[in-house]
Amino acid sequence: MSEALVFHFDVDGDNFTSAGQASTQVKKNLRQLGLSPAIIRRVSIAMYEGEINMVIHANGGTADVYVTEDHIDIVLADQGPGIENVEQAMQEGFSTATDSIRSLGFGAGMGLPNMKRYTDSLDIDTVVGEGTTITMRVNLA
Amino acid sequence: MKVKELLAHGFVAKALPDGEREIDGVYIGDLLSWVMGRAQMDNAWITIMTNMNVVAVASLTDTSCVVLAEGVDVPADVVATAEAKDVNLVVSDQPIYETAVRLAGLLSSDAA
Repeated sequence: MSEALVFHFDVDGDNFTSAGQASTQVKKNLRQLGLSPAIIRRVSIAMYEGEINMVIHANGGTADVYVTEDHIDIVLADQGPGIENVEQAMQEGFSTATDSIRSLGFGAGMGLPNMKRYTDSLDIDTVVGEGTTITMRVNLA
Repeated sequence: MKVKELLAHGFVAKALPDGEREIDGVYIGDLLSWVMGRAQMDNAWITIMTNMNVVAVASLTDTSCVVLAEGVDVPADVVATAEAKDVNLVVSDQPIYETAVRLAGLLSSDAA
């Protein structure tokens, strides 16, 4: 394929129950494309963490997945509060999530670290008060 | 061993859409991101969390089954979603440690 296949999703802002719908759909789509379970797992987890972050912190946003012959790009964009200190946010265990979110099993401070762990590159473009765009790439070759 | 074989050893199936799936290793945890970061594909995942996100995490992490310890109640909508998303859910009436020990015994006798 010369052009990227694109999957677009709107991520609902305050719905924890439906969070993960976009990543679950992407998992299905990638499976239909015949990608390996290991690659699908990395993409799905990284994307789910991003989706959850948008639900927790940014009242939702959009998720776009671009599939080409050599890589998969995941672009998550929101108009949330932005990340004040990216270096701190990248540390395992650092979280600003509330107790109610923690009681659901989230807020362990592993979201961004997991996104980094499972992708080949992670780029965070954030402006406090305006929003955050996260671009992740998983190489296929 | 296969997930469905757990049923002969005191585990109770809540949702078993893919009982033929093989279990390879065990992971224990209730913090979902921790589980996504550390659990391996095909692990049996022991937890006491029973909210809807557990189904999503199990599906995306590609664990072979979720083992809900301590005999926790599983909401009906979680069971229905697990069926729909091909996620195996079994319940153990024992605490987490005893559940893990029992699984370890079953997995090692299976490998022998």
